[in-house]
Amino acid sequence: MTAASEAQSRSDSGAEAAPAVGWRARFWRNEELRGLALISPTFLYALLLLLAPVLVIVAFSFWTQNYLEIDHTPTLANYREAWSDPLYRVLMFRSLAVSALVTLITLILAYPMAYFLSFHITRHKALWLFLITIPFWTSYLLRVFAWKIILGYNGAVNATLMELGVIEAPMEFLLYNVNSVVITLAHAWAPFAILPIFVSLEKIDRSLLEAATDLGDGPVMRFLRVTLPLSLPGIIAAALIVFIPTVGDYVTPRLVGGKDGLMISNMIQVQFGKANNWPLGAALAVSTMVIVTAASLCFVGVMRQLGSRFR
Amino acid sequence: MKLRPLTIYAVAYLAFLYVPVLFLPVFSFNDSSIVAFPLKGITTQWYSELWHNDTMLGALWNSIKVGGATAVISTILGICAARALTRYDFRGQRSMAALIMLPLVLPEIIVAVSLLVVLLQLGFSLSLVSVTLGHILMAVPFSIAVLTSSFEGFDRSLEEASLDLGEGPVATFFRVTLPIVAPGILSSLLITFTISLDEFIVAFFLSGTEPTLPVYIWSQLRFTARLPHVLALGSMLLLMSIILLSVAEVMRQRAARRAGTSPSGGLV
Repeated sequence: MTAASEAQSRSDSGAEAAPAVGWRARFWRNEELRGLALISPTFLYALLLLLAPVLVIVAFSFWTQNYLEIDHTPTLANYREAWSDPLYRVLMFRSLAVSALVTLITLILAYPMAYFLSFHITRHKALWLFLITIPFWTSYLLRVFAWKIILGYNGAVNATLMELGVIEAPMEFLLYNVNSVVITLAHAWAPFAILPIFVSLEKIDRSLLEAATDLGDGPVMRFLRVTLPLSLPGIIAAALIVFIPTVGDYVTPRLVGGKDGLMISNMIQVQFGKANNWPLGAALAVSTMVIVTAASLCFVGVMRQLGSRFR
Repeated sequence: MKLRPLTIYAVAYLAFLYVPVLFLPVFSFNDSSIVAFPLKGITTQWYSELWHNDTMLGALWNSIKVGGATAVISTILGICAARALTRYDFRGQRSMAALIMLPLVLPEIIVAVSLLVVLLQLGFSLSLVSVTLGHILMAVPFSIAVLTSSFEGFDRSLEEASLDLGEGPVATFFRVTLPIVAPGILSSLLITFTISLDEFIVAFFLSGTEPTLPVYIWSQLRFTARLPHVLALGSMLLLMSIILLSVAEVMRQRAARRAGTSPSGGLV
């Protein structure tokens, strides 16, 4: 009996046959527990202040607003309204279309820049990267506001052209429409697309390019058959990083979109604010999340398919 | 020869990134309340008038309080998570990391609205505390991203040596690990402070009656007469952010060097 348990404990604790290990000591020796304990404050914070609130929003979307009271009987009425009312449909389609266009523009603009950084910059690479990331950190509100100054009715472009006598009245089509929203978003999100593409280009084994050249591919074919397919993960990541947040952008449509450039998040804000219909606002928010997720998954699927056809 | 067109493109791209924003400081010194070319002359009137604006100074102080609290708390949470993710393997690691990093891709309005609903339902009133809670959520992923680069490639034998020499795990952390990653931590503090300083949406939804600086700027945007003041304020905010970020970048590179991973390129 004693011999058996002794053998047991010896095989358990391995080389260091420590007798009667306390729970604290055992805790410090268990790598998995230590990792879990260390991440738990951050994880719990995200659980309580991100996941739980989002679930509450989902719950709200099935409830009804009765003046100041919330009726907790589950219903799909909010979703019926969110999906059938032409106003919400227009806003949702516009948000998706604007974001898709902005994503396309930022990707096309960012790719050559990322390529340049990865293949042509040998010295001062960190400085170049830093210059690109500064706008990424500085105030989003101010970057959007700058375009209002440039494009506005009394803005820099109009006032300057009038001062010079080129035009007699301010051009109204510059600001407060979908175009100005697209221009502003494409500018504000430009730096976000560069980094993921840059990272995937950096990972490409340069000897593959030499091999392609040795096997007779010209620069264009080499790019299309080696570089571009291998940078696909970066392109996908960049597209998602730009597309997902821009669908829910509030500041840009509000500041430069006018009446015809408003997007879905402006309506979500109205429902949680002035209209005071939280359940409907929640249904709009949840619908947006679901649609964006579905669109992103489709996009990733299509891109993967394209990528596999290259090889 | 081949390099040329791409270099021109790169410079043009940088110009595209910076020129629109440069309109703010340029017009903030313009001696005219109308924002238009040609410039009328140089004045510091808009800046000096700002210092007598108590609402603005109050908003600035609010932003500094929120930013300071956000920086400290999100960096502590970031240290825990970055250390756990780089040093240990455990079940559920990837899904936990995914949830923590989620605010990076979630539309901000979702974060703002869901926090608003929960806080009001629980009976909290909106204040700078609620803004700080939201900002921590948004800043932690960035803190983790910055700190991971200084925890990764970290020579574990240094810690093992300390443990072998008789230090406990806690003492080892404070006497060996912490000094090595200190520049990374400083970089994280500065970056999370800047994020909070510049963040608008969450502050807009959760600030109640105490505006932060971006919320104050937003409230001034509809008054055309106030535009030059907003430009002056915005320019100062930009300058502050750029200074903080530059220091953070220098720190980050030092951290990467200390941890043994070479920072890409090097500032020289």
